[in-house]
Amino acid sequence: MTNVFRYILLLFLLTSVGTTTLRAEEAERAEEAEEEETLDMMSFIFGHTGDGYCFHLTEVKGEPVCVWLPVIVHSKETGWHVFSSKHVCELKEGETYQGFYIASMNDDRYPGKLLEVCPSGEVKRPFDLSFTRNAFGIFLVCGFMLAFFIPAARKYKKDPMATPTKYQGLVEWLTYMVLDGIISPSIPKSKVPKFAPYLLTVFFFIFFCNLFGLIPFFPFGTNVTGNLSITLVLALCTYVAVNVLGNRHYWKDILWPDVPLFLKFPIPLMPIIELVSTLTKPFALMIRLFANILAGHIVIMVLMALIFVIGGMYGAGMGTATSVISIFMMVFMTALECLVAYIQAYVFTMLSSIFIGMAQEEGES
Amino acid sequence: MIWMLIGFLLVLLILAKVGWPMIMEAVTKRNQHISDSLMAAKEANEALAGIEAAKEKALAESQAEQIRIMNESQELKKQLIEEAKAQALAEAEKVMADAQLKIQKEQDEARAQIKAEVISLSVDIAEKLLQRELSNKDAQSRYIEEILKNNHPQIEA
Repeated sequence: MTNVFRYILLLFLLTSVGTTTLRAEEAERAEEAEEEETLDMMSFIFGHTGDGYCFHLTEVKGEPVCVWLPVIVHSKETGWHVFSSKHVCELKEGETYQGFYIASMNDDRYPGKLLEVCPSGEVKRPFDLSFTRNAFGIFLVCGFMLAFFIPAARKYKKDPMATPTKYQGLVEWLTYMVLDGIISPSIPKSKVPKFAPYLLTVFFFIFFCNLFGLIPFFPFGTNVTGNLSITLVLALCTYVAVNVLGNRHYWKDILWPDVPLFLKFPIPLMPIIELVSTLTKPFALMIRLFANILAGHIVIMVLMALIFVIGGMYGAGMGTATSVISIFMMVFMTALECLVAYIQAYVFTMLSSIFIGMAQEEGES
Repeated sequence: MIWMLIGFLLVLLILAKVGWPMIMEAVTKRNQHISDSLMAAKEANEALAGIEAAKEKALAESQAEQIRIMNESQELKKQLIEEAKAQALAEAEKVMADAQLKIQKEQDEARAQIKAEVISLSVDIAEKLLQRELSNKDAQSRYIEEILKNNHPQIEA
């Protein structure tokens, strides 16, 4: 997936900066330089939008200032390894720590991932349970959600009739915004208490992940929802909620729909299509969320990178001039991303609840 | 991905157990309570309006009653006065008639008495006259005057 984006980005950067030198002799050299520069930018962009083993804060006198996260890996040959990511992040080209190293962002198969050099000289991807940036971001959001909603719930439990405090009002407003605006219209009323907790959790998880991803400093700024494995888990949960908890009528509609007999016997054409559609729905959910969030982050990063690309090509003056436009555009993009953060959470929850609602409907009887 | 599964499911579990249901329950309960209270207030208002109307009605009725009673008493008073007047008039007439009757009777009696008196007097005088000799005219006149003087001084006047 990331490869596709790399090519799109490459194209974008090439067209934006690449039409300057056309002289035959210098063209090749310039192209090479551009390629290198572009790849540099690629690693810069994907290093920040992707997952990683440490939080790179800044650099002081050429030394990186990072927050190191634990690396937990299981190698088939050497068993479990637990160490700080400091050891692998500070390795120079060609070095390894306990047989591990982090692949460069230009690696074809595992860009930026931890790789293991086996005693035989073979390079393999070990079973990686590292507490990465994304894992950190996930637990930050989880912790925040618990800290935000549990006290309100306890207050409500203690005295449901008490006048709600401002904080309770906020929680109530957020909860009922989702409950009345998204969940109740899509799901049969009797089933709302059963599915509302999942949908509410999904909504606020995505929403807070998106928002935290926009805050550009530690401990925020992890691009959690712009990551396929995260959206995959969310989509899987929806898949389970729709299909495993779906009622008989729903399954009857899939396996034996009301269509002319020749469409389902002897070749079960419609059942196959319906079965595939149960998979495509969560798949679309997964891709939509991932692509929207990642695209927003990439655009912001590209705008940032543009300053240095142009500065590098035409000198500091042009770079400064570009930075004015870039920063203006970045502010605009960030504002847009705030909107997208909400919209994507809304869309994911909305579609999930519609799919769940469809699987809960009783037939006309 | 594994961290994601762990983290997300953990939060889902905790919030599904002690988060969302509490908030939803409490808000539903409160909504019910508020709508109940509003309904009760509406009913109380309606009841109050009913009471108000009943009060008005009772007041109007009592006012009408008052007026009626006053009118009645006025009439009664008038009637009583009329009656009393009539009675008094009748009484007075009766008393007057009685008095007249009595006067008439007394007059008649007095007249009869006088008549008898005169008759007896005349008889007496005649007797006395007859008893004396009617020789002396002067003496006879003096005698008659004397008799009259002795027995009936009022006649002389």
